[in-house]
Amino acid sequence: MSDQQHSADHPDHFSHHVRRYLYVFYALLFGTIVTVLASYIPFGHRALNIGIALFIACCKAFLVAGYFMHLVSERKMIYGILAFTAFFFVGLMFLTLWSFGDFPPLTIKH
Amino acid sequence: MEIPYAVEPRLDTGLYNAKLGIWLFLASEVMLFGALFSTYILLRVGAPEGLWPHGWLNVPVGTANTIVLITSSITTVMAWAACKMNELNKFKFYHACTILLAMTFVGIKSYEYHDKFVHYEITLKDGKFADGHMVENKLKREGTNYTGYVVISGHEVADKKELYDLHSRKAPPHHELKIDGAQILKMDNYGPWHNTYTAIYFTLTGLHALHVIGGAIVITYLWFTAGRMWKTGREQFTNRIEVSGLFWHFVDLVWIFLFPVLYLL
Repeated sequence: MSDQQHSADHPDHFSHHVRRYLYVFYALLFGTIVTVLASYIPFGHRALNIGIALFIACCKAFLVAGYFMHLVSERKMIYGILAFTAFFFVGLMFLTLWSFGDFPPLTIKH
Repeated sequence: MEIPYAVEPRLDTGLYNAKLGIWLFLASEVMLFGALFSTYILLRVGAPEGLWPHGWLNVPVGTANTIVLITSSITTVMAWAACKMNELNKFKFYHACTILLAMTFVGIKSYEYHDKFVHYEITLKDGKFADGHMVENKLKREGTNYTGYVVISGHEVADKKELYDLHSRKAPPHHELKIDGAQILKMDNYGPWHNTYTAIYFTLTGLHALHVIGGAIVITYLWFTAGRMWKTGREQFTNRIEVSGLFWHFVDLVWIFLFPVLYLL
């Protein structure tokens, strides 16, 4: 819960939040079941299966981060920290992939 | 001396100190797990065709553990909401549920680890491979040779690649195989040393399990000190619950990616 919402820290206000948390919980359970079922469907190419599973995982991660961790209504300072983190995280992921196009000459590939 | 900004937010950041601290810590955690995910991608993309394992982990067990962790996330956030609504008993109930769920998660994970440590791949001298769970081990190693015998519950294959994709093909029927030590060229279990897949599997899930255990210890401490802090510093206590909850949700978030990547794909 962001501090700007402290004025709304009334029990009635929180019962509204609790309902929202329960909806998120149901959505996460649904997402888990869909992920498992989708992994058994042959979409033609494994990359497609990977893409679908990661897309569902991203949706679930958004729900956890957005609602359970309250990122949908946080302070700018936290968004700033996370923006830096996201930049370096994406860089870290792509560095390894870029390295595959940069083999030294005479490298034996499988 | 009283520590400033333990309850009220600082004017410049708009946050109380512990909250800023936990987000900075979580940022470093993202990079830690990011480095390991990056390693996973490197190993997987670099694996020779047909030699990256699929279906080696028990999907129903992994799914059950995912549901356990998601449920612990909702109980954590409900515990924090109970604090905000001034309901100590509800808080204690939800937090106790989180502790039990954390222990369940670690218990299930231990069962999975044990399953891998009693699962063996045996390279035979005739070029075939036997694979299965240990039933009886009467082997003795003398230099590079084995004497005695071993009994496993599994199957025998001619090509090692048949052991790699258990996701798309139907699992072969298992039966007890008694293998004489003289037939064995090499034998090892599915521990972290088995291949790059088990190495990254144990590293990622092991680090994650350590986070679960660490988080559970903090949550248990907060559960036991709740009564005292509720009387002396209710707002500060609620902030502590929020901060520990943020860590716990992060642990859940990591598992949301670990589960499909390791179990399903």
